[in-house]
Amino acid sequence: MSDLWSQLFSFANYGELLVLVRNSILAGAVLGLAGGLVGVFVMARDLPFAVHAISELSFAGAAAGLLFGIGVVEGSLVGSLTAALLIGILGSRARERNSIIAVLMPFGLGLGILCLSLYSGRVANKFGLLTGQIVAVDNPKLVSLLIICGIVIAGLLVVWRPLMFVSIDAQVAEARGVRSVALSMVFMILLGLVTAVSVQIVGALLVLSVLVTPAAAALRVSASPLLVPVLSTLFAVVAMVGGIMLALGGSVPISPYVTTISFLIYLACRAWGALQNRKPRSARVAAAA
Amino acid sequence: MTAATSDRPQTCGIAPAPPILSIRDASLRFGSRTLWSQLNLTVRSGEFVAVLGPNGAGKTSLLRAILGTQPLTAGSIELLGAPVRRGHRLVGYVPQQRLADRGTPLRARDFVGLGLDGHRFGPPLPSRTRRQTIDQMLDTIDATSFGTRRIGELSGGEQQRLRVGQALIGNPKLLLCDEPLISLDLHQQRAVSTLIDASRRTGDRAVVMITHDINPVLDVVDTVVYLAAGQALTGTVDQVLTSAVLSELYQTPVDVIRARGRILVVGLPDTALEGHEAPPENPPDGLR
Repeated sequence: MSDLWSQLFSFANYGELLVLVRNSILAGAVLGLAGGLVGVFVMARDLPFAVHAISELSFAGAAAGLLFGIGVVEGSLVGSLTAALLIGILGSRARERNSIIAVLMPFGLGLGILCLSLYSGRVANKFGLLTGQIVAVDNPKLVSLLIICGIVIAGLLVVWRPLMFVSIDAQVAEARGVRSVALSMVFMILLGLVTAVSVQIVGALLVLSVLVTPAAAALRVSASPLLVPVLSTLFAVVAMVGGIMLALGGSVPISPYVTTISFLIYLACRAWGALQNRKPRSARVAAAA
Repeated sequence: MTAATSDRPQTCGIAPAPPILSIRDASLRFGSRTLWSQLNLTVRSGEFVAVLGPNGAGKTSLLRAILGTQPLTAGSIELLGAPVRRGHRLVGYVPQQRLADRGTPLRARDFVGLGLDGHRFGPPLPSRTRRQTIDQMLDTIDATSFGTRRIGELSGGEQQRLRVGQALIGNPKLLLCDEPLISLDLHQQRAVSTLIDASRRTGDRAVVMITHDINPVLDVVDTVVYLAAGQALTGTVDQVLTSAVLSELYQTPVDVIRARGRILVVGLPDTALEGHEAPPENPPDGLR
């Protein structure tokens, strides 16, 4: 039992380890910022499953990048942008979108597994693409991740209002002169970019815990246009940074820590939301009686 | 609401204001099928126009043409003296009702706010004037009490008032509404139509509303556009909704009966009847 515990949590030489993963923590925090913001629109546009499909193709791209020595970041960017644009172009209607996603997902996963089984390098690299890795962030990689997240955050802030308008009511937004198709494409590109970054850190299988869970949790407690993005980014950053710091001492990958924190935050928000909802309703009943 | 309250600018003694909307010899054809042709309509400030006609007659297409998203086969549409273009800031649009998903992550007041600055780039920065403008609109549409609730939790009538508020908050010269009363109960129908009627009186504004039933707006409507059988008739209710005119239009005997301040049209051909009394797609208020 204590063996298992020390495998999961160990804080020996913590200070020295912390220095080693400084890059990861920084990358995690910035990813949390970008992921939390993107998540708000993933929820508003009802795209959680699209995120999963994009991450699977991103994984395929990263694995191909590893195999052919092109670079993991480059490969995963190509993979996720391709998937994001395909879903954006072919899946403008919800029903079509679901089937496109279902078609892309196994294809991406299969392609990725093929590339990984042909790859003869370090085994940790392979596993890391699926479940995330902690010390994988070297300086050049950190710079590329920061730049990509920066583009995503800046891009989202620019299109924030018209994108929300289109996400809520495309017909009225178009009548107002908002270019809904162009905006959807812009969003898919931003989503593809942030997914590629997430795959590097939390792994392809668990991207949803950064891009969806925090926003879903935030929406449980509020619908305010200010509070939701603030809470969503806060939750995502806490999950990312907290996950990395907990994973530091243990010998398991980073992703279980991130996903667990993310999930616990969601549970807490659900409970809080249910509590909030109950109050006014009982007040209403009392007033009616 | 009584007939006496509906002012008709075209019958006033003063010189008429420049038209807000002017449609000349407009036709719309899809393939070999003519939806309507020779449509002529001039809408001035303060006017209330109802667009009537059976399903598939091209009522929504007419609104799209005015919005600039549906090109005409022939003729022209001018808005405030200039040809229509997509995304005119001075046109408010209330599309055919779809209830918002329960989970729609937006509060009522933010939904209305989209009509104010939803088309602008840049992040939404909090501002006092913006908040006050939205507060005022919520007050106008009697939505202050549920301003901070999520739109998905609201009833059909409440959502529809918000849609009208969203369209009006940009202070449009022309308000286009597509079946805004459908699937609302009588009380909510009255609330929404009163709201739309009031909006053209207070502002320098005209209303074009599609409706399958003239009766809820009978007392306020100035001009009727009747689309059917590939044609387009325009005129007052008394000019268009008569047995003679509709019989001629449909090429079959049609009776228009006026009883207790309501108009009933009897004898429409089956093809035209389709959808005239479409069952409500959404549960009416109170059944949510």
